Order: sequence, then C-alpha cells, then structure tokens
Amino acid sequence: MVSETTATMTEPVIQMENLNVYYGSTLAVRDVNINIPYNQVMAFIGPSGCGKSTVLRCLNRMNDLIPSARVEGKVTYHGRDIYSSDVDAVDLRRRVGMVFQKPNPFPKSIYENIAFGARINGYQGDMDELVEDSLRKAAIWDEVKDQLKKSGLALSGGQQQRLCIARAIALQPDVILMDEPCSALDPISTLRVEELINQLKDQYTIVIVTHNMQQASRVSDYTAFFNAEATEQGGKQGFLVECDTTKTIFNNPREKSTQEYVSGRFG
Amino acid sequence: MNADSNLSQVADALWKPNRGLNNFVQRAVVITFAMFALISIATTFGIVASLVFETFEFFTAVPIWRFLTDRQWTPLFTNAQYGIFVLLSGTFLTSLIAIVVAVPLGLFSAICLSEYASPNLRRWLKPALELLAGVPSVVFGYFALLLVTPFLRSMFPQIAGFNALSAGLVLGISITPLIASLSEDAIYAVPDSLRQGCYALGTTRRETITGVVLPAALSGIVASCILAISRAVGETMIVALAAGQNPTMTLNPFVPIMTMTAYIVQVSLGDTPAGSLAYKSIFAVGTSLFLLTLILNVFSFWFVRRFQEKYE
Ligand SMILES: Nc1ncnc2c1ncn2[C@@H]1O[C@H](COP(=O)(O)OP(=O)(O)OP(=O)(O)O)[C@@H](O)[C@H]1O
Ligand SMILES: [Mg+2]
Repeated sequence: MVSETTATMTEPVIQMENLNVYYGSTLAVRDVNINIPYNQVMAFIGPSGCGKSTVLRCLNRMNDLIPSARVEGKVTYHGRDIYSSDVDAVDLRRRVGMVFQKPNPFPKSIYENIAFGARINGYQGDMDELVEDSLRKAAIWDEVKDQLKKSGLALSGGQQQRLCIARAIALQPDVILMDEPCSALDPISTLRVEELINQLKDQYTIVIVTHNMQQASRVSDYTAFFNAEATEQGGKQGFLVECDTTKTIFNNPREKSTQEYVSGRFG
Repeated sequence: MNADSNLSQVADALWKPNRGLNNFVQRAVVITFAMFALISIATTFGIVASLVFETFEFFTAVPIWRFLTDRQWTPLFTNAQYGIFVLLSGTFLTSLIAIVVAVPLGLFSAICLSEYASPNLRRWLKPALELLAGVPSVVFGYFALLLVTPFLRSMFPQIAGFNALSAGLVLGISITPLIASLSEDAIYAVPDSLRQGCYALGTTRRETITGVVLPAALSGIVASCILAISRAVGETMIVALAAGQNPTMTLNPFVPIMTMTAYIVQVSLGDTPAGSLAYKSIFAVGTSLFLLTLILNVFSFWFVRRFQEKYE
C-alpha cells in the first residue's frame, strides 16, 4: 500500500484547478481540484449523477464531442493547460487513452482493432510486435493469439473489454482513463481486469470510475469522493468532497458523508 | 400450504380480465392478414407465370442462341433480328452513367447529413432529400430532354438530340436521394460508442468516418447502391424520353440508344397486335430485366448477410 510520504512526493501528471463543467447553462460539476499522481491508480467514487464521468471526460477532452458541454477552470497535463488553444485534442487523446463502460471493439479483426489506432497515429515500429505486446499487457494474448483474424465482436464481453484496454495500451499513452470498465462484466472477468490494472500501474497512470467500493479499495492508491446536492432550480450539482489516499478515505476520512458512503450507509 | 392457496383464490377473485371476444378477434386478424399476404404472393406468382409463359412462346419461335448472338434488335422489320445485347448495352450505358453520378453524390450527402450537419440542418435536409425522391420520373425525363440535353449540346455540339449521356445523368440525379437516404440510415445506425472509441484513440473526424464509421456501415451502403442500380436498370420514363428509341449496340454516350425498358414501352404503346412475335418479344425482354434485377437483389442479400455487423 502507499504510504503518506510517497503520496506527497509523487509529481502529478494531471492537475485540475477550480474545474467547473456546464451542460448548456446548468453547472453539472463545480470546483473540482484534484492532482493525479504519476503511475498511481486514482479511483473516482460517488453516487450516480454526481459527475464522475463528466470530470473524467474533461481529462482527455472527450467533452468536446458533446456540443452543449463547456469547461471552466484549468486542467494541466504535465504542466500544460490542455484547454489552451495551442493544444490539439486529437494529440492529447493519444497520450491520455480511454476505456469505456460498455466494451466497444471496432467491427474489425482483433489484430486490426489494435493496429488501427497505431497506424492512424503514424506508428513507425513493427506492427506485429506492437499488437502482440499490447495484447500481452492486456492479459488476453493467450486467448486470442491463434485467432487474430477473427472479428473483435466475436469475443465474450470480458475479452472485448480487455481488447479495448489493449487497444488503448497500443498507443503507448501515459494515462488511461477507465469509466466503470467492469460494470458490464461477470465477477471472473472483473477480477481479471482488476489484476490487469494492478500490473499496468507500473507503467501507466490510471484513473478509474467505479461504483464498487471493494474494487476501489482493491485497485486504487488514491480515491476521490464526489457527491451531489440539489440546486434551487431543482437539478443536481456535483462537487468533490475529498481526495486522499485510498487508505485514508476508507479508514478515517475527513468528511462524514465520505465515511457514510464508503461504509454503505449512504442515502 | 392451505392458507397459501386460500390467499391466491382470494387474489384471483380480484382479477377478471375481460377477454371474451379475444380469441375470436385473434383468429379473425390472423386470417385477414394471411389473405392480404396471399394476394401479394399470388400477384408475384401471376407475374412470373405470365412472363415465363409468353417468354417460352417467344423462344419456340426464336431460338435462344439467336437472342444471345444477333448483332441487331429489329423485331418490327421483315428480316427481324433479336439481339438482346443491343438493348442490354443501352441499359448498361445509362445505368453506368447514373451510378457514376449517384454513388459519389449520394454517399457524400449521406456523410454530410449524418456526420457533419447540425441536428437542426439535418431535420430540414433529410425531408428535402426525400421529397426529391418523390418527384415523378416523367418530370425528370422532360428535365433531361428540355434542359440537360440543350445544355450539353451547347458545350459539345456533336451530341445528338436524344442521347444516353443526358438520360444517364438525370437518371443518376433521380436515384441519388435513394442512395443518400438509405446510406444515411446505415451510417446513422452505427453505434455512437464506436465513434467515441475511435476519437479516444486520437483520431480526427475524417479518420473516424473513413476508418470506423463507413466500414461499419458498409453492408448498408452497398445494399443501398445495389438497390439504386436495380432502380436505374428498371427506370423507364427518363430513358424512354431522353435517350431515344434507337436500338444500337454501342457504349458511345452521345448517340441515341434504346434500353430494355424503352423497348417494352415502345411496343406496348404501339399498334403491335397481341400474340405477334414482336408482342411476345417484350416478355422475353421483360424476363431478362427480371433476371437482371433478381441477380442484383440476391447479390445484395448475400452481401448484407455476409458483412452485416451485429452489435448488442
Ligand atoms: N451529455 C449530457 N448532456 C447534458 N447533461 C449531461 C450529459 N451528460 C451528463 N449530464 C448531466 O451531468 C450530471 C453528471 O453526469 P455524469 O454522467 O458525469 O454522472 P456520473 O457520476 O458519471 O453518474 P453514473 O455513476 O450514473 O455514471 C448528471 O446530472 C447528468 O444529468
Ligand atoms: Mg458515469
């Protein structure tokens, strides 16, 4: 487990400062300040609708694709403001990869699912090697090595999700964002993906959204707890309650609401 | 146990669905619909049967090898010749020109509509496009004859007043909405999660469209193109009006030609007596046309089955 000292010493890869996200004119999440440390696993937890996915999508500017979404405040990646005009979102997304809640392999062969992104981003190395390496890192190589020509859609849900993780790894990103990557998977596949996350954190910084408290405590080093409160207009507004080492959040959090949420006495 | 069943009896007394007529209505509906289905099937069989019968009559008078090898199509002459490839070349030429126009136009409109247009624009453009599909083909025919042909002739004076080029171009415009609309449906049906997954790999919009969206929609796009080809092959009014009535074995788009459909119109509207060989020849041509579109449809069916992706 992570001790307090390493927690303060690791430099942040991504920093959010006073982040507000609007959908149209409604403020969906307000005033988020989080530092995501290098090569650690950060978990986002909190009740449904508190803005975990919204904040996650800010980190690789996937929110750009939602016409009504607007971001205020600052998000830096290795010290650079990713929302400044000289940062190309396409380039950013190659470095900050994403795995989605529902496995979404492309209707292409397993090989092509991996090679596609690398080729488009002008990868110059040996493609076969990259494909094998990515599939190995995603712990799915042994299951698919004899059927690389088969469609990615022909795999089981758990395999598809690991294929999607391999697809993200193939671009050699340094951050991987995962939005409830196990919510569509059975317990065995979930366990495999969790093991995988544990292996991957040597090389990658991982941010994972999860509804599963055990999962958060098993895989993450840091945990950010979000909550939502009703607004006068009748909507909900999300905010960050606290962010600390997972140990602290689960054992002696600062806020009472955190304590209640992680122990399941929430509502 | 006993108490339990008592409870359920009490509960049952509260539930009395009023379905007295239900079974009867159910039967009546099934029978009515079966009759309607039967009518359309019977009609199809009737058409095929009459085609086959008359075609058979025709081929007892004209051997099939002459049908396939004659170099001219002159059923109304005393020394009649029945080379189907003469008419086939006309159909092929106009359809080819139409496809060359319609596939790029239709596909680009579909991509623009589904991937680039704002939802508002899309709400206006799609019905407008479908309106274009509803324009009667005779209007397109006169459009070709009275506007496009004079325009083409002002640029290339050697073009005849009736020609395959003008008919083909307008035929292409007339089938563009079909390709655009059906391809747009296919592209729109590609799950958004695939686009998201692609963008998350660091791709531009163009790369996402060409790399993931279009391949995922391929079966639908190809099916729409094949449907449009069969429409072009079977289209009658435009080619009869603008391409001429002159059976010629040629691939020159500047001269008058005759398509299979135009021939059928010519004979049906003329004073050819029923039962004559010329009259029977339109059934032979009709059968050829039928086979052609059947092959196209079978191919399209096979292609869709083979390449359609199933997303959960
Ligand atoms: N595309 C969108 N357009 C408008 N509002 C949105 C959009 N996406 C999310 N929201 C709103 O933003 C708020 C936060 O949503 P978000 O999906 O980030 O929550 P979440 O914490 O990920 O919830 P869950 O745990 O259920 O996934 C919600 O109130 C939601 O209604
Ligand atoms: Mg979410």
